[in-house]
Amino acid sequence: MAERRAFRWHIAVFLAPAVLVYSALMIVPLFGTLNLSLFNLDATKTRVFVGLANFATLFGDPRWSDAFWNALGNNLWFFVVHMLVQNPVGILLAAILSSPRLRMAAFYRTAIFIPTILSFVIVGFVWKLILSPIWGIAPGMLDMVGLKSLFAPWLGKEEYALTTLALISVWQFVGIPMMLIYAALLSIPDEVIEAAEMDGVTGWSQFLKIKLPLILPSIGIISILTFVGNFNAFDLIYVSQGALAGPNFSTDILGTFLYRTFFGFQLQLGDPHMGATIASAMFFIILVGVCFYLFAIQTRLRRYQF
Amino acid sequence: MKTTLRFALLASTLLAAPLLSGAAHAEDVTLTIESWRNDDLTIWQDTLIPAFEAANPGIKVVFAPTAPAEYNAILNSKLDAGSAGDLITCRPFDASLELYNKGQISDLTGLAAMANFSDVAKSAWQTDDGAATFCVPMASVIHGFIYNADAFAELGIEVPKTEAEFFAALDKIKADGTYIPMAMGTNDQWEAATMGYQNIGPNYWKGEEGRKALIAGTQKLTDEGWVAPYRTLAKWKDYLGDGFEAQTYPDSQNLFTLGRAAIYPAGSWEIAGFNTQAGFKMGAFPPPVQAEGDTCYISDHTDIALGMNAKSAHPEETKKFLEWVGSPEFAALYANALPGFFSLNATAVEMQDPLAKEFVIWRETCQPTIRSTYQILSRGTPNLENETWNASANVIRGTETPEDAAKRLQDGLASWYEPQKAK
Repeated sequence: MAERRAFRWHIAVFLAPAVLVYSALMIVPLFGTLNLSLFNLDATKTRVFVGLANFATLFGDPRWSDAFWNALGNNLWFFVVHMLVQNPVGILLAAILSSPRLRMAAFYRTAIFIPTILSFVIVGFVWKLILSPIWGIAPGMLDMVGLKSLFAPWLGKEEYALTTLALISVWQFVGIPMMLIYAALLSIPDEVIEAAEMDGVTGWSQFLKIKLPLILPSIGIISILTFVGNFNAFDLIYVSQGALAGPNFSTDILGTFLYRTFFGFQLQLGDPHMGATIASAMFFIILVGVCFYLFAIQTRLRRYQF
Repeated sequence: MKTTLRFALLASTLLAAPLLSGAAHAEDVTLTIESWRNDDLTIWQDTLIPAFEAANPGIKVVFAPTAPAEYNAILNSKLDAGSAGDLITCRPFDASLELYNKGQISDLTGLAAMANFSDVAKSAWQTDDGAATFCVPMASVIHGFIYNADAFAELGIEVPKTEAEFFAALDKIKADGTYIPMAMGTNDQWEAATMGYQNIGPNYWKGEEGRKALIAGTQKLTDEGWVAPYRTLAKWKDYLGDGFEAQTYPDSQNLFTLGRAAIYPAGSWEIAGFNTQAGFKMGAFPPPVQAEGDTCYISDHTDIALGMNAKSAHPEETKKFLEWVGSPEFAALYANALPGFFSLNATAVEMQDPLAKEFVIWRETCQPTIRSTYQILSRGTPNLENETWNASANVIRGTETPEDAAKRLQDGLASWYEPQKAK
């Protein structure tokens, strides 16, 4: 029998930088947060271990739980709008862009991708101005086509504000699914397409029957990126509606709820313990979502080797 | 070779410059002021700090403001991390009291300048028993309404004294159609609470009397005095501009200063900005009373003070600066550089600005009070001040009735505040 192979130190050495940096910046704070959520202040303002009491407050106390479920519900709607609008539109744009007959494809590709690299602050501010009932160009443009009656101060109405913000976010980020799908479409070998054409599969049915199955893994990745991104979202709501996520908390998502609780707002003092509890709840929600994807969906996706 | 030499020369010059200048001012102490008043940056840099530095060589002062909405959160993080400046601008009441209790800002009871302030002026920055004062009071702000005097003259409207006259004036402006009757939006929520509810409210709950009764638990937010202001606010809806639901605070300011709106529910802090922006004559009137001859109450809210970071590396210099902030000299400089921030110093300050004078004169005829939610009542969860923002905005938008809003606030307060718990 051959001699036992020497321990391969170089593997550990090469892995070390990533492991150390990632642990220090992500893993340690994550466990710090989870740990903090198990503590709270007692009557004498000293920090004591309270077990799951903070979670009991969050889900049991009607005020906390109303705010939490409201934020979670809003967050789900935010996610649903992205899944129903951003990703299909992204796929559609990618399909159009990959068509060899389209002129100026590079221009469109860049133009659609540019908002993605803009800051949330700029996007929030610009859209607030566009939609402003006082100075905005939206009422004027609707007026030009005779549809002024359709205009409403969308960001100020409880029933529209969240959807409006979700669509603004879609506008900003539609470039990401577009680029990923575009890359996936380009990687489909010409032979496969040619073979399909030989068999008479062209146009729309070619996209559905040949290309779509081949880009499904990319769509899966995009879905999970959207999910994680949406449930961690905060910036856009904060810059356009403030930490109180008006009107009447109709745009409050988990991120803004966490911010208000953890850092406090105006006269409300920050509560790091309940804040950490919300952050932990967010972590578990995202964890469950990602696990569902990894175990229930990704393992069933078929991959094709060319 | 030549390039290398040139590069070396350049590098050494760059490196030497800060060393040289550093050596020249080695004895200078630099104090940093944390503040949310980013609007005041130029006033501090051009007027206040030079005046102090001229009198106190060797101390340099840097004014480092953050955005108002983020100030509390950023300040708390900085104090926890030990990176906050030497001087801390104090929010009134609990936010600063909490900092004091945590030992993050120092006890300043012993400052000589404290003698220059009345007990009421200091009350916002004292422990509940009044034993320790931890910030030097700087200024208060007064609520009222600023109006476009040219528009009033054009439409032949008298300055309203009673509520009936107030709404008659609004009706007249609306019927004429040239101006939006009132510039306010509900997008940012705090305008509705601060410039709406806290502005007109003291006339209904009788200022300090109602405020103290609420703290003592003898009045409830569902009592008439506390619901009636919401009923009046609900009537404002018809006089606000189109799409006021999405109108932000800067939008409202601009609508008024561009001359498109006739009345602006205001805080006196607007005066400086409005003076530079507006091209028309402005006037101010206090919140209208119900019937001619009623006692008027105004919100004269202790708003801003300056405290000392307990971990400051230069406590002596910081105290020196604070003594100066408490002096009549500073009061005169500050009140005139910032018309609309009225000095709390016991020495009366001669104001130059006509609009500011109109505001400050109400102190003589009306009973002053402070905002009802600030002392003690915003200590728990849910936070009464934040709930009031939300309720006021809802009531003006018409999505919640005044009675429902008041009941919700009362239930929230009673859930944690002992004197208000149902007996």
